[in-house]
Amino acid sequence: MRNAQASNQIDWLTVMLYFILVFAGWLTIYAADYEPEAGSTIFSFTQSSGKQLVWIFTSIILIVFIFVIDYRFYESLAYVFYAIAFLFLIFVLFFGREVAGSTSWFEIGSLRIQPSEFAKISTALGLAKYFGAGHRKTSSHRDLLIAGLLFMIPLGLIVVQGDAGTAMVYLSFLLVLYREGLPPLLVVSGFGMILIFLLTLLVNQWILIIGIIVLTLVLGGIFGRTVRRALVIGVAAVVTISVVVSVDFILTDVLKPHQQKRVLLLVNPNADPLGVGWNTTQSKIAIGSGGFAGKGYLNGTQTKFDFVPEQTTDFVFCTIGEEHGWLGSVLLLVIYGFLLIRISVIAERQKSDFVRVYAYSVLSILFFHFAINISMTIGLFPVIGIPLPFISYGGSSLWTFTILLFILLKLDSHRMEILHRW
Amino acid sequence: MNSRAIVIRVFIVLTVLILSVRLFYIQVADEQYKKAAEANIVHEIIEYPYRGHIYDRHKNLLVYNEPVFDLLILPREVNLEDSVNIKEILSISQEQFDRGYEKAKGFAKHLPSVFLEKIPKDEFAVIQDQLVNLKGFSIQPRTIRGYEFPLMSSVLGYVAEISRGQLARDTTRYYKSGDEIGINGIERQYENQLRGKRGKSFQTVNVQGMVMGKFGDGEYDSLPVPGEDIQLTIDLELQQYAEQLMKGKIGSLVAIEPSTGEILAFVSSPSYDPSLLRGRDYSKNYSVIQSDSLKPLFNRPLQAMYPPGSMFKTIQSLVAMQEKKLGPAEKIYCEGNLIGDLAPIGEYDVKKAITYSSNNFFYKVFRRIIQQGFDDNSYIDSRIGFEIWRNHLLNFGLGIKLGIDLPNENSGFVPSLATYDRVYGNNRWRFSNIYSLSIGQGEILVTPLQMANLGAILANRGYFITPHFLKNVEGDSSLVPREKRQVGIDQAYFPYVIDGMEQVVSMGSGLRAYIPDIAICGKTSTVQNPHGADHSGFMGFAPKENPKIAVAVYVENAGWGGRAAGSTASLVIEKYIRGNITRTWVEDYVLKGNFGDEKRASIESN
Repeated sequence: MRNAQASNQIDWLTVMLYFILVFAGWLTIYAADYEPEAGSTIFSFTQSSGKQLVWIFTSIILIVFIFVIDYRFYESLAYVFYAIAFLFLIFVLFFGREVAGSTSWFEIGSLRIQPSEFAKISTALGLAKYFGAGHRKTSSHRDLLIAGLLFMIPLGLIVVQGDAGTAMVYLSFLLVLYREGLPPLLVVSGFGMILIFLLTLLVNQWILIIGIIVLTLVLGGIFGRTVRRALVIGVAAVVTISVVVSVDFILTDVLKPHQQKRVLLLVNPNADPLGVGWNTTQSKIAIGSGGFAGKGYLNGTQTKFDFVPEQTTDFVFCTIGEEHGWLGSVLLLVIYGFLLIRISVIAERQKSDFVRVYAYSVLSILFFHFAINISMTIGLFPVIGIPLPFISYGGSSLWTFTILLFILLKLDSHRMEILHRW
Repeated sequence: MNSRAIVIRVFIVLTVLILSVRLFYIQVADEQYKKAAEANIVHEIIEYPYRGHIYDRHKNLLVYNEPVFDLLILPREVNLEDSVNIKEILSISQEQFDRGYEKAKGFAKHLPSVFLEKIPKDEFAVIQDQLVNLKGFSIQPRTIRGYEFPLMSSVLGYVAEISRGQLARDTTRYYKSGDEIGINGIERQYENQLRGKRGKSFQTVNVQGMVMGKFGDGEYDSLPVPGEDIQLTIDLELQQYAEQLMKGKIGSLVAIEPSTGEILAFVSSPSYDPSLLRGRDYSKNYSVIQSDSLKPLFNRPLQAMYPPGSMFKTIQSLVAMQEKKLGPAEKIYCEGNLIGDLAPIGEYDVKKAITYSSNNFFYKVFRRIIQQGFDDNSYIDSRIGFEIWRNHLLNFGLGIKLGIDLPNENSGFVPSLATYDRVYGNNRWRFSNIYSLSIGQGEILVTPLQMANLGAILANRGYFITPHFLKNVEGDSSLVPREKRQVGIDQAYFPYVIDGMEQVVSMGSGLRAYIPDIAICGKTSTVQNPHGADHSGFMGFAPKENPKIAVAVYVENAGWGGRAAGSTASLVIEKYIRGNITRTWVEDYVLKGNFGDEKRASIESN
């Protein structure tokens, strides 16, 4: 009786938010590519919007699948998924197709699959399964090490593929560890160290060093109340700066110019194709020109005329900013914030550690993508090339985020049964 | 609830807030992004107007616009394997091709830029059909000046790309680098009328500069306004004939309609074909013409300065009579001993003195003008007389720019008190130092234009209208000068001089200019030239009553004024009045041009 009720407890609010975002994304993708003279409609397959519609329909099929499959399936096979993802990440290094310097794609016919996207799901499942086994403590060095390795291994493999941007996303799992009790200083410094290592590959070292000093002073002001803490922060700052300098030294002084170029290209092929800050500048121009209420749907010029690069994928937010102005942009931010908090609410109502950790993994991944993607379009963060979930064009990314979210909703709808199991 | 969950939610809300504030800053608070966005997509396209045509007084077309073609290259689309083919079709060398291709590629790979400039239409016709097969090449029509006749370059001037200096001096800020502008002549004088007004259209472009559509539905666009057509006072047929006559000679010919000041013919010789200074060969031809030792770019009628010689005796007579120092019929006995003279000893009045060009007569007359007895000191007396005389000359348009509607007019030179003070010292000179002026020699210098104008003054019996080329601009003649400029001599004195001038032609030094049924009044000059043979000069008008044409002719190093210049002037007069030439032997004589000097021979060998 109670069980039957529980199995029908789908979180319709989240489902609605999901479809609002996906629909908004579809319209935006059409606007970003819109050519008034071409006469093609939002449905035509020559347009990104037409193809996105296919990804949307297949996503709905995936959702149905996810709900049809027994909820226990995900937890039981979590490690299997993780292992498969691991193998794919290895294989792609050897058999993957090189696109613009990074080897992160499998090509099967006309279909291109990016294992690093799907590995987000299996890593989330793997991590959740590990914590779901019970008695894990973030104070235990062994537990912490294994949990860390679970997401650091795929991160490392993706860096080797030459896709530092996607790799950085895996840092968001630190937020999950924070929720599970990891001391905040460790979260911040761990996040900081790895973030800085990756950023060294992408950004000028002096900007980074200045950024670290500023951050150190801010953190010192907040946390450095005792001598010991201040010392820790100071040491951490010195260590990070030496990491920056040494990585930069290896890049610029040890390697020969052509090797440098190869490394930089490997890490970030699209960072700055036309010179310093072209992407960010054009992206800010597009968004900034939107004004308070925007230019109106399909009336944007900057994205439509290709001034903004990657305007349907990583910079899709520019079209929203340009055509719908500040009002539209903030509406999107609010919807997103609402979705994220909703996921946190779902997470907190779980009785199972597995589902809660998984929920926070979903939240962390979405939050990281959302915050970094929008920050980079408005010049608050370097351009690292990650999509805006549910909005950006692309099958791999839409599928990944759909599967991530709907596995959670499936598990959530069975939360009472899961309680019984334990 | 878990406190860390709350921290995470606060973190999410904070992030949304920070992003919203940042968005507010760039979208609402900061205007620079809106301007930058417009600068990104709006591209101004200039549409050039057609330059106005130029016609002669009978509406014969002189200058028009000729289509030429710029060959544009779009480097992205060029198939380099085609290059052999391309070179063959365009008949250019590999080196030329490479240079053009690299330059265009350096400019922009995805935008067309000019590969070959100003291809004439006959050459274009040859390559046109084959161009279809060449990927990445396209055609952009434009115009250059076209000339119906290889004439009048000294009047028309030419059009060329604006120089950096001109661009810097342009206070109107109308011109842009690469614009064409009238450099000389009518093209420069009436540049504002001829050029029209540029049109502008604003288009939206994508990141590669490809046009995506009109900006703001064309509400900021303006259409080009074509330049205005100009009708000149030049008589094409007369001009053609005059140029033919002056061919192979160094000199000037100016013909004016006295009653209006309209210039009928205007020749500076040697000259050049105006169509040399246009299109793609402009620079090459310009340097050839400019380095020519005979200076074809020197506009002799406006800029060459000669002593007026005996023509000046007409002015001396009138000034003396006006100053009451000479009676119209007063006879003066001349022994011929004051100054070198070809006129016989005897009694002379104005008419006879002009007819025989008596130097001694004008010596005495000029002395009367200069030394009028205002002061006992002859030095001071000379100063007063000289100043009176000089003012008369200025009234005759000597020593000043007449204000012709052509650039670079020269004022000639009328000496002033200061001129002689500098040479001799203050109060240290008098008539005896300046007597050469009495017969138009010495320091005084005039331009051929000023002498033609003198012919008009005599024909009008006392006034002139500023000589000009403009008949009308699109039918509107408001820019044409009409004011009668009086020279300050009583009309009553003119007949005595004019009678003398008639006899110059009928029985004096201008006999070669004599035409039985057309009463030509003229005066020859044989201008002494320290560098070689004398210059031959003639000034006159015809017919005597109701004059239709005033002419001045200078032929350098051609000896006596009556010969080369007089003959040429009479042919122009006959051509204009009668329409055809009856005295073919005079025509032959002038066309053959065998006036006997070395310099002319060198022209012919060129």
